[in-house]
Amino acid sequence: MKTDKKQYKEMVKKASPKSSTALNCMRAFFVGGVICAFGEVLHNIYEALGASKDHVGAYVAITLIFLAIMLTGIGKYDNITKYAGAGASIPITGFANAMSSPAIEHKKEGFILGVSAKLFTIAGAVIVYGTLSSMVVGLVYFLVQKFSGG
Amino acid sequence: MNYLWAFLIGGGICVVAQILIDKTAITSARIMVLFVVIGVILGGVGLYPKLVEFAGAGASVPLTGFGNLLAKGVKEEVDKIGALGILTGGLKASAAGIMAAIFFSFVASLIFEPKAK
Repeated sequence: MKTDKKQYKEMVKKASPKSSTALNCMRAFFVGGVICAFGEVLHNIYEALGASKDHVGAYVAITLIFLAIMLTGIGKYDNITKYAGAGASIPITGFANAMSSPAIEHKKEGFILGVSAKLFTIAGAVIVYGTLSSMVVGLVYFLVQKFSGG
Repeated sequence: MNYLWAFLIGGGICVVAQILIDKTAITSARIMVLFVVIGVILGGVGLYPKLVEFAGAGASVPLTGFGNLLAKGVKEEVDKIGALGILTGGLKASAAGIMAAIFFSFVASLIFEPKAK
């Protein structure tokens, strides 16, 4: 019996466990939402402590990054990611986890090619494409300002 | 009230990412890159700052907010120093977050041992 690609796909679909996208989304929503609400709590705390409006965001980010990396160190962030998927990887805490996790994991390979190189396995991609696209925005903004006489 | 909006918008952004992961073959690392770039674009055209005003950390904590920060930074630098700001703005604005992540990750790699698998 010949099985073409389409039939094979259907067989896989039948055999694999029922898609739990709805459940995954609920978990991602809840955990992602909680992390952001916690960020808002931190925001209000730093504001109450007298941090200037321009710096509050950075303090919040630094705090979240610190906490996520400590949780990564004791092996707990991986569990959160397994449970919440994008709810754990999309907040800035996921970026911190993506940096610290491979750094710790590859410690045995030394501090040059292990820790420091692996820090940027995923974070490098985020920084490269983030900054490159910011250059495009900057260039367009610059040209618009220049030629609109602004 | 602003906690509720932070929760709802932040959660909502994560759900969009989760749907993309589940319904397409895009890996989680690529989603992270994609969301930063989307944030830069939405920040560049001036839409994302409005979402941040409305949802606070719900918009600034997800990676789209990181992208927005890059776009905001590059615009501010272009205003301040002109064309050179195109190169310096993005990294300058994100320096605190990136440096914190590098520093804490490095310290963590000194303190913690890899988990046995």
